[in-house]
Amino acid sequence: MAVKVVIPTPLRAYAGKLESVEVQAATVAEALALLTARFGELRKHLFADDGRLRSFVNVYVNDEDIRYLQKDQTRVGEGDIISIVPSIAGGLRGENNGD
Amino acid sequence: MSGPVLKISAELVSRIHAHGTETYPHECCGALLGRNGEDFREVLDLLPLANRRDDSPRNRFEVTAEDVLLAEKKAREMQLGLVGWYHSHPDHPAQPSEYDREHAWPWYSYIIVSVQQRRPQDTTSWRLREDRSGYDREAIESPALSATS
Repeated sequence: MAVKVVIPTPLRAYAGKLESVEVQAATVAEALALLTARFGELRKHLFADDGRLRSFVNVYVNDEDIRYLQKDQTRVGEGDIISIVPSIAGGLRGENNGD
Repeated sequence: MSGPVLKISAELVSRIHAHGTETYPHECCGALLGRNGEDFREVLDLLPLANRRDDSPRNRFEVTAEDVLLAEKKAREMQLGLVGWYHSHPDHPAQPSEYDREHAWPWYSYIIVSVQQRRPQDTTSWRLREDRSGYDREAIESPALSATS
């Protein structure tokens, strides 16, 4: 089923400068896998080395955060919009909180 | 000039300094709203935001996805773009940390202001390298900085 994936501004350079990409997918995981198969440079910015979504990468289906749905197994259907939304974090040099 | 350039007025730099002073000894944070050109990027307004790291605001800052969406909406209303972020380093240099790098996004400009004993000192701007290996410093063009640094 065709779903639209909205690419955030900082990642558009790695997705052919597109604002959104349409993929045929039944789950969020499938949609992101297809997206990163098509645009390989997106992978390192979305996924950590262990293959999990980076903690500051948020994914919404329509207006719902997938953390409150079925995470990356959240099902998507025709016309759904998947949005990748950054959260921003940082802090001091050399200060380790264990996070 | 080679390398990225960020233009920002003295008044906006002063507002970042004031925010960093106000929240000291905690980190301040906010969004940079402006325009991205081929030769340079220009900051035309700021959106100060709450630091959501309630557990560790002295050495961490966080802007939630909801606040990012708010900043994007605000930028759109002003017919601007969301071009980056600012935050303070209380009693530490204006250099990005390893923690900053791990959590940074490409493309955005990251302004860091060092606030020493409640006094704003150096102000720098950085962009994450495409391979995430580190940052490149971005030249800031602002009368306020040439007068103080």
